[in-house]
Amino acid sequence: MILIPDVLQFDFMRRALAVGLIVAAVAPTIGLFFVVRRYSAIADTLAHVSLAGVAAALVAGTAAIPTAFLVSVASVLGIEHLREKKTLPPDTIVSLFLFGGLALGVVLLGFSHGRNVNIVNYLFGNILTVSQTDIISVAVIGGIAFLLTLLLWRQLFAVAIDEDSAEAAGIHVKTLNRVLSILGAATIAISMNVVGVLLIGALMVIPVLAAMQFRLGFHGTWRLSLIFSFLSVIFGLIASFYLNLASGGTIVLSAIICFMVASLVAGQQRGK
Amino acid sequence: MSIKAHHLSFARNGENIIHEFSFEIKDGDYVGVIGPNGGGKTTLLRLLLGLAKPTHGTIEIDGRPVTDTRVRREIGYVPQRGGNLDPLFPATVREVIRSGRTARLGLFKPFSRADERSVNKAIKALGIEKLLSRPMSHLSGGERQKVLLARALACEPKMLFLDEPVDGLDPLSRDQFYALLRQLNDDGMTIVFVTHDVHAIAEQANSALCLKHQLVCHGRKACYIDKDELQDLVHADREELRKHHDT
Repeated sequence: MILIPDVLQFDFMRRALAVGLIVAAVAPTIGLFFVVRRYSAIADTLAHVSLAGVAAALVAGTAAIPTAFLVSVASVLGIEHLREKKTLPPDTIVSLFLFGGLALGVVLLGFSHGRNVNIVNYLFGNILTVSQTDIISVAVIGGIAFLLTLLLWRQLFAVAIDEDSAEAAGIHVKTLNRVLSILGAATIAISMNVVGVLLIGALMVIPVLAAMQFRLGFHGTWRLSLIFSFLSVIFGLIASFYLNLASGGTIVLSAIICFMVASLVAGQQRGK
Repeated sequence: MSIKAHHLSFARNGENIIHEFSFEIKDGDYVGVIGPNGGGKTTLLRLLLGLAKPTHGTIEIDGRPVTDTRVRREIGYVPQRGGNLDPLFPATVREVIRSGRTARLGLFKPFSRADERSVNKAIKALGIEKLLSRPMSHLSGGERQKVLLARALACEPKMLFLDEPVDGLDPLSRDQFYALLRQLNDDGMTIVFVTHDVHAIAEQANSALCLKHQLVCHGRKACYIDKDELQDLVHADREELRKHHDT
């Protein structure tokens, strides 16, 4: 109670917390569907591809978050197109885009003339870099992604249970798969400044895994994953401020602590 | 609901999985689809469900294309061994059964009392009231199949498709499951199920649709007892089949 007001005296921490709380709500909400559908590898790939978007933004002098989002969306559509053609194994398609995105990012950075230092902030997150423009981008993209997920919740859930049954019932599975991947791209784009693209996959996955330990229903797992996600972001940001640690790493380590505690508690409950 | 398939063919990578056949399934029929592994059973089911497009030919359900939304909403489907559902999928039995109403609700319609009544009716028909709050991961194979059948029934289908519905079940669960299907068929539902078990068809179905890339035969049970070709096809004992048929 004494620490929090100190933290909030600084503008950059208020901005980081604002962005962090939006990310904390969006990441596990969309991450839940990625986890149950075993799409986690796509989240990682999109994170790497979004680096190419950041590099392109640095070269072109455009805003990083929207540019990274657009590049990720283009990649998502490419991945889904190749998956549907079924001429390549799905895991190799994902690898193709992962390495391709990373390579393109490295090459583009060569044209950025000394602005490479910024890329480290996007790789690992830096709360000092959150600007007022970032808050607006994160609020708009994150808000739309969150509301769209809630709107499509029932359909996404039916598809997650079984694609064939959902399609046989008349649900547009291919469209929903594309939308889910685009929502994943949006989550990654808005999380770059807070946890960094290399760690955002963790915030989409670990709070969900922690909640799954309790074997609740789908809604129960989602609600609990939100709690773990908020705890991880708030605790991680405060700890990184007072202990002068990297924000992204501290948030993800907080999430891992949540997972370990959840595993212990759930294990004891099951043992009773 | 009735099915009419005209000159149906399906090829993948230049290989004919299903080659040029026609058949009709009448309203209220209870049909077992049988054939050897790789003979096209599951492909035929996917075509009937609209999950794959025929290379040639057409399928009509009640005179409408299978891809018609009105047709799809009157069809129930129970996948083999729980479909692709992950054993650790975090959902309760009730949540999974309620998802059977999703296609009927669309994006904006809230889950109404009428929807709840349909769900409860399906739950009662399967006798799984005690399982409702349990996670799917805590169910046995037989219980999972019952839940998936309840999900299919929650959409109040007029026609039910099942892919190897009792695969992996113990004999008691198997008998219970088939008794439920028999009851549904007695109530007027058209049922089509795929199996590799010729005895299941002899014991359960009213007619058989036997295929090995082409239609070997289609009709009442006797069709596969009288055909030598089918005997070789399913590797079953003819006398044993006749015994099932006679009983």
